[in-house]
Amino acid sequence: MRERFIAFFSGLGHPFTGALIKLGFATRFFLALLRHSPMAFIRFRLTIREIWFAGVLSVLIIAVSGLFIGMVLALQGYDTLVRFGASSSLGILVALSLVRELGPVVGALLFASRAGSAITAEIGLMKAAEQLSAMEMMAVNPMARVIAPRFWGGVISMPLLAAMFSVMGIFGGYLVGVQLLGLDPGNFWSQMQGTVDLRFDVMNGVIKSVFFGIAVSLIAVFEGFDAPPTPEGVSGATTRTVVTSALVILGLDVILTAFMFRGI
Amino acid sequence: MKRGMIDFWVGLFVAAGIAAILFLALRVSSASSLPARSTYTLTANFENIGGLKVRAPVKSAGVVVGRVTSIDLDTQRYVARVTMAMDKHYEFSRDSSAEILTSGILGEQYIGITPGADNKMLAQGSTFKLTSSAIVLEQLISRFLFSKAEDGSSNTEK
Repeated sequence: MRERFIAFFSGLGHPFTGALIKLGFATRFFLALLRHSPMAFIRFRLTIREIWFAGVLSVLIIAVSGLFIGMVLALQGYDTLVRFGASSSLGILVALSLVRELGPVVGALLFASRAGSAITAEIGLMKAAEQLSAMEMMAVNPMARVIAPRFWGGVISMPLLAAMFSVMGIFGGYLVGVQLLGLDPGNFWSQMQGTVDLRFDVMNGVIKSVFFGIAVSLIAVFEGFDAPPTPEGVSGATTRTVVTSALVILGLDVILTAFMFRGI
Repeated sequence: MKRGMIDFWVGLFVAAGIAAILFLALRVSSASSLPARSTYTLTANFENIGGLKVRAPVKSAGVVVGRVTSIDLDTQRYVARVTMAMDKHYEFSRDSSAEILTSGILGEQYIGITPGADNKMLAQGSTFKLTSSAIVLEQLISRFLFSKAEDGSSNTEK
């Protein structure tokens, strides 16, 4: 029985078993990370440094991209809405698309490429330089000292960055809609306020960004920890972080959206 | 970078993030769903609800006084039963009527309440006696076309 079970899985080929082994290791890694997480909060200074590294340094790209995306949304949306004489709904279009989707999703994609790749490269190089082994030799658990603060720094930063992205996007939409295209500012804001719902739109957007933060941070620290300790290994792990994060973000987005907005 | 500077920037970052969430909560959106405590439920039966949806507003004289919480079909009489959560601040007399109206030609549908003159008020769980259904555009058009066709046929007979 046992031989047939093993023969069945080895018959599926190395790529499949390799992926299964990696998934199993990632799950074990995640549980160990959760077990060592209290250290990240007891010695919060370590986590603060990682919030600075992952969050503060990403503010500029998040703010600028948000502003531009909001401006593009307003320009494109105006072009369509004005045909139906509904250009006063531009605020609704910009705010809903940003708060529900673009803020969390594009914010998380940018976060993965800006901060996630940096975290992976940092941990991978620490591993390549045997710093993690040196820590273990000194009875310092790298899980508590290196991995957990980076993970929680990313998880805390992501919702804040997504909210900043949405706010900058709405500001960009306001600049284009009101200042450039000459819509009425009162109409722009009041229609937006009347339609965007606190619980269904804003809270769901924040919940989404928390999930994306967990996913991206976990992938980033795991790929760094799992990277072969060679230059190619680290570069490959960095690439995998960005690619896997992007796929996981978009896949999770479908699932979360189906849960949140079905039937409303 | 010095430790104090990192703390400063992280503090600023967290403050800006929370300010962004507050901005989204207070300036961009509104908590349109009334809190559960301060409401009472009323029901109304309609022959046809048209495109009325759950969470549609209930308005009286244009002021939002409640929300539609559920819509289902009464299988005894085959009419739509609409349940509404009404704001406790507003009470309506027992002979008030409810009708389904449309904001604009293609806008969303909502329930409009026309107050009556009775001294007794509608209490928790009571039902509107007078209702009028949604105007279904297709029915209006077909009625108009049929009446035109009848006019046309009567004209040719003359």
